[in-house]
Amino acid sequence: MNVPAAWYLVLAAVLFGIGAFGLLTRRSALIMFMCVELMLNAVNLTFVTFARTLSDIGGQATVFFVMVVAAAEVTVGLGIVVAVFRRRASTSVDELSDLRG
Amino acid sequence: MIATLSYSWPSILVFAAAAVLVLVGALGVITFKNPVHSALSLIMTLFGVAVAFVAQQADFLAAVQIIVYAGAIVVLFLFVIMFLGVDRKEHVHVEPFVAQRPLAALGAVITVGGLIALMAESHWVTGVKSVSTVGTALATGQANVHQLGTAVFTTYLFAFEATAALLVIAVVGAVLLARRERVLASEEVDE
Repeated sequence: MNVPAAWYLVLAAVLFGIGAFGLLTRRSALIMFMCVELMLNAVNLTFVTFARTLSDIGGQATVFFVMVVAAAEVTVGLGIVVAVFRRRASTSVDELSDLRG
Repeated sequence: MIATLSYSWPSILVFAAAAVLVLVGALGVITFKNPVHSALSLIMTLFGVAVAFVAQQADFLAAVQIIVYAGAIVVLFLFVIMFLGVDRKEHVHVEPFVAQRPLAALGAVITVGGLIALMAESHWVTGVKSVSTVGTALATGQANVHQLGTAVFTTYLFAFEATAALLVIAVVGAVLLARRERVLASEEVDE
């Protein structure tokens, strides 16, 4: 018998927590993007676990679409990082304070 | 512990391997100072998630995970890291926001603890099959690809077409963003 779904759900929750912590503490925009990828993967793991438990292909289809959106998000996000780096020669998000009142 | 023994050893070993890969890789992403090392740790996490996918009858998604994430997204990250030349150490000692790290840790712990507590309280996982697909068990191997393809091209056809538009928009947007301003300025002069 396969391991219970709860084990995978706890693993996904911990992975989400690590990604959230990294997103809140790291300063580099590139690392923050990687942490977003970690959180997306945690949610994907949850979807696949529920797809297995409920024997429903809908969860896997959702993961498929999440992957497409993640690819689009990374493409545009890295384009923005490159554009910002041209102007400031830094990827630190702390230096992006032009809109500070 | 007696309950644990009723699960087959291979599945426990696969779960342990996936968990180690995922957690070590994730901790590496958030602790390494060098962005290149973080990107390589990210690959490790993605492989761990792919292992968990295979263990849960999501064969096609595991393959896509390796091809798209490890093969394309991480390579894109590495391209940008090398292109910008930021593969040097980040100034992590700069902490303009006092007590940011403890607060972030507290927030993450509360989130994870809340999720696990919610899971322990609720009865999401009862072993009952989904009402929308009664009788059609989740398949593995080629049948999994067949099932997923059928679902994507029938039930989720509109979402599938929307992702096509989304990808085109993303590509055009990325090209526009990453274009050199010099080119834009010269075009404006021409006009």
